[in-house]
Amino acid sequence: MSEMRDILLEQVERLLADQSGPETLRQVEAGVWPAALWAEVEALGLPLAMASEEAGGVALGWDDAVAVWVALGRAGAPVPLAESMAAAAFAPAAGFLALAQPDGTAMWGRAAAQVLAGDGALHAAGFTPGKAQPSNEPWDRATLPGGEATLLAGALVNSAKMAGGLEAVLTLSVDYANVRKQFGKPIGQFQAVSQQLSQAAGEVAAAGVAVANAGRAVARRGLGGAEFEIGAAKVITGEATALVAAVAHQVHAAIGFTQDYHLHFTTRRLWAWRDAFGNERFWAQRIGRAALARGGANAWPDLAAREDG
Amino acid sequence: MVGLRFDLRDTPPEAPALRAELRAFLAEAGRHWSPRVRAYSWMAFDRDFSREVGKRGWIGMTWPAAYGGGERSFLERYVTLEEMLAVGAPVGAHWIGDRQSGPLILRLGTEEQRREFIPRIVSGELAFAIGLSEPDSGSDLASLRTRAEKVPGGYRLNGRKVWTTNAHRCDFAITLLRTSPAPDPKLKHQGLTQLLVDLRASGIEIRPILDLAGEEGFNEITFDNVFVPDSLLIGVEGKGWEQATSELAFERSGPERYLSSLPLLTAAMDSLHDEPAAPEAVGRMLARANTLRQMSLSVAGMLQDGEAPAREAALIKDVGNDFEQALPDRIRALYAGPMPDDVAEMQTTMNMVARSYSLRGGTREILRGIIARQLGLR
Repeated sequence: MSEMRDILLEQVERLLADQSGPETLRQVEAGVWPAALWAEVEALGLPLAMASEEAGGVALGWDDAVAVWVALGRAGAPVPLAESMAAAAFAPAAGFLALAQPDGTAMWGRAAAQVLAGDGALHAAGFTPGKAQPSNEPWDRATLPGGEATLLAGALVNSAKMAGGLEAVLTLSVDYANVRKQFGKPIGQFQAVSQQLSQAAGEVAAAGVAVANAGRAVARRGLGGAEFEIGAAKVITGEATALVAAVAHQVHAAIGFTQDYHLHFTTRRLWAWRDAFGNERFWAQRIGRAALARGGANAWPDLAAREDG
Repeated sequence: MVGLRFDLRDTPPEAPALRAELRAFLAEAGRHWSPRVRAYSWMAFDRDFSREVGKRGWIGMTWPAAYGGGERSFLERYVTLEEMLAVGAPVGAHWIGDRQSGPLILRLGTEEQRREFIPRIVSGELAFAIGLSEPDSGSDLASLRTRAEKVPGGYRLNGRKVWTTNAHRCDFAITLLRTSPAPDPKLKHQGLTQLLVDLRASGIEIRPILDLAGEEGFNEITFDNVFVPDSLLIGVEGKGWEQATSELAFERSGPERYLSSLPLLTAAMDSLHDEPAAPEAVGRMLARANTLRQMSLSVAGMLQDGEAPAREAALIKDVGNDFEQALPDRIRALYAGPMPDDVAEMQTTMNMVARSYSLRGGTREILRGIIARQLGLR
């Protein structure tokens, strides 16, 4: 872990703790651009962090960036900072840069100074406002050049946000199980509850490792050389979401099914993020097709060689 | 996440050369391993193979040279283990000695014990079993009742151990026994002691138990006034529980906790090209195998640094067991028609053996209890 990562992480975590919460997330869902929060992240130089020093950045590596995105995801990603950082890693420019999917849709496209499109270039574009389902985050559409240039970066961004969101959901659920009492004791003391949370913890840990591993692979081999790890991260965070969200809602019971309690802000985002930039099936098929083409005899050697020097 | 750490580790710089050496050896040695042998892998017992492995320096790789060890890193050992498991090598005759008995003797044994046992484990000559479970003590291990009564010059053993893997083929068993009654039912972890038991000693009867797949994999051991000399006490009398549980991070985090069924995936892949569901299923399985591998490597790195990540190990074993146990059914589900013969043999055997994955080395329920405590529940 680099010193740079520690500094940025501390800044981002402090900022999110001070200036984000359910009300911010509610405003985002109502389509209100989080101007104050964005001004803060710009003042810290975060959107350009991955750009070179000549371009105004600090050449933050993808592995370190992923750690920042996980922290954003823990807070429900109230600003599209991860997307803007990733776009600036391709093409540094001032202001908020949106990151478009190959189909021309992008988180907060309407607020973007420019958008990185599927051709790998920045464009100024007019977006038609829309909403992601079921998170209600602004998810806008424009006519843009197609292509897969943003696919890997977008999948990594969303996996990282999911790893953070999964942690947050687990923490909320454990805290709730420790305070909610039935039959005279905290429900977390019942094995039927605690064993579910333990299983969820396993998935959360796996998601975190898959994402960190993908960040490391990109830092070493570039996005193109890390397709397997990025795809694996999207698969694992997506699979984890299915289980962890189910357990979280079961443990929270009726209160978690309401808008009054804040669990839904994160679970709905997880359900949206798992569909962005390729769902589990999309990435599993890519990984699987490549492995089947290489053949059974190569499957283990290929896997083992990925981190061998 | 909630106090559990999985920092990424690199494989060691020696890995590529070591893998090449291992693969050449395994390709030659494995020419006649049946799919059924590969399905059993680290429970399959083949002394000749273990001697060959020992000859090449792949047992006791991290141990001091003074006792014949290789003084290599934990991560080099990790590479060796995963290469063996990835092809389903029958490593059972040296697996327990290399993973548990050797390290325990090195850490807590007397100098005499180290000189007596370690070089013969390294050469693949001595096979070890672990005597823990009893007919009435499974997950509640500390309730065990097999007694070791102090007599002049040693201990006298009476009672029974059960589910002891390969005991009828092994030479010694590191056995957990009660040397004094628990002062209180709540203090049942006290008064337990580890002894090295010679499985050919007088008064020992070993009865193989057929497992559901038809192999004599595990046993019932009856001790009838078996004498064990003082020289075979491990560590401190009465400290057996602490000693036995301190090995758990080693026992639970290794690649054998997620790789047991990988040979089936790789064996099946070449007959799945025309099955429409195969790419997605294979992709999901490889994504998970790779993630579990990084988690397992992370714990190997912590062990290398002298830490004792017992809770991380419990979590990996739980997630890994779910994966390796579900794999045989996931493979079967990909074939619309019959599986090729060799795949079918491995799949049907492994589907039965896989029941043990979430039992051996700590049941799923016990592991999830450990994780729950770490989460701050209970």
